[in-house]
Amino acid sequence: MIEADGLTKRYGDVLAVDHLSFTVTPGKVTGFLGPNGAGKSTTMRMIIGLDSPTAGWARVDGKEYRDLAAPLHSVGALLEARSLHPGRSAANSLWALARTHGLPRRRVSEVLDLVGLSEVAGKRIGTFSLGMGQRLGIAAALLADPSTVMLDEPVNGLDPEGVLWVRTLLKALAAEGRTVFVSSHLMSEMALTAEHLIIIGRGRLIADTTVEEVISGASGSRVRVRSPRAVELATALSNAGAAVDPPGEPDVLHVNGWTAAQVGDLAATAGLALHELVEERASLEEAFMELTGDSVQYHGHTGHDGDAAGLPVGAATTEVAR
Amino acid sequence: MSVQSPPAAPPALSGVRVRFSGVLASEWVKLRSVRSTVWTLLTTALIMVLLGFLIPLATTHRPAGARHEVVDPLGVSLAGIFFAQIALGVLGALVVTAEYSTGSIRSTLAAVPRRLPVLVAKVIVFAVVAAVVSAVAVLAAFLVGQAVLSSKSLELHLSTPGVPRVLVSAVAYLVFMGLIGMGLGAILRSTAPSIVALVALVFVLPLIGAFFSSGWEYTIQRYLPSQAGQAALSLTRGANSLSAGAGITVLGLYALVLLVVGAVLLRRRDA
Repeated sequence: MIEADGLTKRYGDVLAVDHLSFTVTPGKVTGFLGPNGAGKSTTMRMIIGLDSPTAGWARVDGKEYRDLAAPLHSVGALLEARSLHPGRSAANSLWALARTHGLPRRRVSEVLDLVGLSEVAGKRIGTFSLGMGQRLGIAAALLADPSTVMLDEPVNGLDPEGVLWVRTLLKALAAEGRTVFVSSHLMSEMALTAEHLIIIGRGRLIADTTVEEVISGASGSRVRVRSPRAVELATALSNAGAAVDPPGEPDVLHVNGWTAAQVGDLAATAGLALHELVEERASLEEAFMELTGDSVQYHGHTGHDGDAAGLPVGAATTEVAR
Repeated sequence: MSVQSPPAAPPALSGVRVRFSGVLASEWVKLRSVRSTVWTLLTTALIMVLLGFLIPLATTHRPAGARHEVVDPLGVSLAGIFFAQIALGVLGALVVTAEYSTGSIRSTLAAVPRRLPVLVAKVIVFAVVAAVVSAVAVLAAFLVGQAVLSSKSLELHLSTPGVPRVLVSAVAYLVFMGLIGMGLGAILRSTAPSIVALVALVFVLPLIGAFFSSGWEYTIQRYLPSQAGQAALSLTRGANSLSAGAGITVLGLYALVLLVVGAVLLRRRDA
């Protein structure tokens, strides 16, 4: 279990994390979501005592991280990809970590086996691909059989098979009763893995909720209806109290705040034929954008400023998005 | 790659905890599992022995008129120390700075969040390894050098009064230089600045001091790290020099102070 209360980190004039309070509970995957630069990594670093908070506190299993008797047994963390020496072999890197906690040698082989790196155990980490590095980082996180697993952007650099593997692993870890806390800047990824979401933007808590609520709470949910008698239908809907958007194309109406069933029933009662009736749910990404829209620190520009500089627009936006 | 179910908590893992002996073992694994460490140490030892052979050889091949009395048989056989001190100092710095440059400091401190045991373990492991390698290198250099000098009957023996003291001091000198490097590394956290600071401390400060032949600028020279330490590497006491015991103690204090400052900063700063 992870608890944060009023957690704050200031770097000079920048408030990287701003009075963040949340609780991550065992037995489910909790997504930690926010745009790049929102303060996710800083928060995670404070949880495991790498950075000290300017104010507030973070605790794991009721204790400050530095007071834990066996930190790696309480929290297994994957931080930025590079937190192991590239000149050392995978097995030796894990063995050095295992030694601090008096773990047996077999744990190193077990976790390397678990992430599928047994065959390259003796190879230097510097020769690993990004995906292999991520797998090794996950092996390091699971080394001491932690009750809480905390992973910062674990699918970064993984191929589709690796992404699927991480999703399955996270769910399995949560099913075992562990606390699983995973950061991502991709709502779609979190929707497939997480049950609970902690969403932050510019270091502040935006939402502490479930995936379901995020989607249904988005204002973009509406019903699209096409009818040859659209004008009459619009009047009938308005009379019934629905908010109807003026038709953007002939015969098409957008009804906000109603379900497709409600619209269909009303049309049937009024004897109006419908040619199309679709519930348009806001996509997860749209819901996420709506929540974090004001808090995105670095906006990308897909306009012509890239062209003006003689750069392909795609290259410019990719850079901003990183 | 198929997904296996993660291992359930085996009974053997219950009751695990961080112990200092474990941190010590971990630092030993780290030191020996990086190739550069091993090669640096071996090269250092080889240079010591090689110069312990070449410098005495050069002194025995002086022109006929040169007076052999000016030869310092002990000094020439240990000439390699001037290279070895930098090699060990750099290695000492790297033990800390490589953790920062590679990012491995994050997993190190996540495993041992109290932090201080990490630095103490690094000091112990490095000091022991440096002492063993230095002892072998110093002794070998001395024996090789004296064997060369024996062709001119200039050699000293292990039984010569003062020789054992100088050889032990030479080992301590090298270990302390290594620890000074480690202290600088812990303070500066970056390899290049640490090496610059080390070279400045060992080579540049004495050069500046050499411009002065009186006054306080002259007096403090004997307290500079390399000057103080070298006081213990000679059978006789120089004009502007501490006693052997005081000299090596001063050098050790430099290492201690730098390491303490490094330890305080390690505890305080974000990793």
